[in-house]
Amino acid sequence: MQQHTLAVLVNDHPGVLTRVSTLFGQRAFNIDSITVGGTEEAGLSRMIITTGGDDRQINQLMKQLHKLIDVISVTNLSANSYVSRELALIKVSASPSQLAELKGIVEPFRAAIVDVGPSSLIVQVTGDTEKIDALLVLLQSYGVLELTRTGSVAMARSIVSATAVATV
Amino acid sequence: MSVEMAEMQRKNGIPPISFGEEVTGAEALLRCLILEQVEYIFGYPGGAVLPIYDSLYGSYFKHILTRHEQGAIHAADGYARATGRPGVCIATSGPGATNLVTGIATAQMDSVPLVCITGNVPQTLIGTDAFQEANITGITVPITKHNYFVRDVRDLPRIVKEAFYIATTGRPGPVLIDIPKDVANAVAPFTYPEKVEIRGYRASVVPSDEEVQNFVAAIQKAKRPVIMAGGGIIAASADQELRAFAEKTRIPVINTFMGLGGFPGVHELSLGMPGMHGSFAANQALLNADCVIGLGVRFDDRITMGRTKEFAPNARIVHVDIDPAELGKNVSTAVTVAGDVKSTLEKAIPLVAACDSHAWIKQLKDWQQKQPYKYKTDGETLKPQAVIELLYRSTDGDAIVATDVGQHQMWTAQYYKFKNARSFISSGGLGTMGFGFPAAIGAQIAHPGRTVIAVAGDGGFQMTNQELAIVSQYNIPVKVAIVNNQCLGMVRQWQELFYDNRYSQIDLTCSPDFVKLAEAYGVKGLRASTPEEAEAVWAEALAHDGPVVVDFRVAQEENVYPMVAAGNTLDQMELGEE
Repeated sequence: MQQHTLAVLVNDHPGVLTRVSTLFGQRAFNIDSITVGGTEEAGLSRMIITTGGDDRQINQLMKQLHKLIDVISVTNLSANSYVSRELALIKVSASPSQLAELKGIVEPFRAAIVDVGPSSLIVQVTGDTEKIDALLVLLQSYGVLELTRTGSVAMARSIVSATAVATV
Repeated sequence: MSVEMAEMQRKNGIPPISFGEEVTGAEALLRCLILEQVEYIFGYPGGAVLPIYDSLYGSYFKHILTRHEQGAIHAADGYARATGRPGVCIATSGPGATNLVTGIATAQMDSVPLVCITGNVPQTLIGTDAFQEANITGITVPITKHNYFVRDVRDLPRIVKEAFYIATTGRPGPVLIDIPKDVANAVAPFTYPEKVEIRGYRASVVPSDEEVQNFVAAIQKAKRPVIMAGGGIIAASADQELRAFAEKTRIPVINTFMGLGGFPGVHELSLGMPGMHGSFAANQALLNADCVIGLGVRFDDRITMGRTKEFAPNARIVHVDIDPAELGKNVSTAVTVAGDVKSTLEKAIPLVAACDSHAWIKQLKDWQQKQPYKYKTDGETLKPQAVIELLYRSTDGDAIVATDVGQHQMWTAQYYKFKNARSFISSGGLGTMGFGFPAAIGAQIAHPGRTVIAVAGDGGFQMTNQELAIVSQYNIPVKVAIVNNQCLGMVRQWQELFYDNRYSQIDLTCSPDFVKLAEAYGVKGLRASTPEEAEAVWAEALAHDGPVVVDFRVAQEENVYPMVAAGNTLDQMELGEE
């Protein structure tokens, strides 16, 4: 089963998230991650959804999504080159004396320490899923007290022409 | 409003609508319904819809007060299936709204245009678990084409306009509008939008010339082609185009259950229904065809038997459907057209020639003659199949027949050779018991001059038989034929065949006396237990100028054949006893 990243342009109306998530359940798909936010146009939201399935299943899912009245378009970003970013906040068990050591670990990931307490600190990292996973492995040895991740926000690369993008 | 429309309304006795004056949401709703040319409303009042029912008082509309909200929505559904126009029903908040749920799901599965209006508690009480509060828009998300919760009375006319547009365009379906009581009471100047604009919505799609050329090229060289025509033919009113297309190409036609009536059942090119209880010839056609042309079908599991890879093993599948999501959903296809089946056929007919199908048709005719639908009869016992044959013979295939769900439904599909589109009304997708009788009422209201028969089992009839009250109250002359085997026949059949005769909870011997039940409602009741009685009693029922319930006491241990058992493929047909 391949992982796919879909961009779903929807009306910014109450209940639209319910319609989309219900459809996933109804058609036996799983939402691995979802992010929702404003777009370049007032009144519209874009959902970035990662889900698994073969090409035929994803094609079916995209067409079913497009049948929702509040869905304006559905694009399979992973069909072409695209940029994907996730943000994570990681609370690590560490004392202020370990700050320099931890800075050395997070810096190659272009991550930052954004909060320091007496017995823990918070690391903020952005990047694709693999990069965040890699940093997490390194931080596990200190003890990860809490982890929160956003799910992907994603966009087709500028070089990909609009027609080449798989949209329904 | 255009001058033409105003003129048309004046002629039809429809009250003129004035715009701009301050009216309540309830009054605005009714004006919208008039502008959508709604005549009949099926409904049931209650607290949250009191403002709407107050506006209805003494109004132009003909309101049918069913005895249960499920009766209202199935009647609206039957009205819609019999006419192609959207059916309209009203229910109150909470239990009124949830009683619509089965009917909404029924309409969604069979692509029936409905506009369902529910009341809700005032917005100040929404979310407080108020008396008779239910989140009906949340509940119906997966079973409506779309639904609306109206927050502001000024949005109501636009929402009603959109609801009718969405329900009736593209692949039709049910739309629900939930109106909280404060919105029904709120006042705003009445306006009605001229046009609907819904971004990203695909209404009806005329296929491109290239798509139609590909479609024609794919079928023209076939030696053993077969058309499988479904409910999409009826929804698109493409029955005449289908007939012209089949006759010009000389391609035989299978009608799916939902497509029955979309092609005349007695036509020389008709092979009947395919699938689990389909005809031998239709299933052999699918097994041996080199090209299956699906027109407005969805290749559901009662035809493919869920074995989609083995379905039509020798055929290239060509599929036309208005819903792009149906293309490639269940079976792999060679050529697809995402478009309206009527305009596809209209464009294709001038381009096609007769296929070289002579030998193939001969083979199919041979199969049809050797293995017709058949049952054993001793001349004394009343067989359920004989009852359906009687209904067919006595009406010459011209009646509107609504069925319930179960054995009688399959026998109706097999033995009643429907001549016309929109004359077979049955819950195909959801398989809703209790559907048939109220649906027949809706169909009869739409076609007061036609013979409308409700065929029901003794099980399903008891799910909605309270609607005898409305056939009596409004003198709706539906003829109810109860195929009474005193048990849940289809469940009994499966328990006999697959559960070693362990008959679990199928006994309905303690049902009411249906003749007396009818009479209790002031409806004529008749009974027949032998073939002779059946003939006489049915003639009396047809001659009666009003509703009738006929209790046909039939043989209990009768199974529907042919049958392809669940999990098997179409080549594994049980033909029944010789």
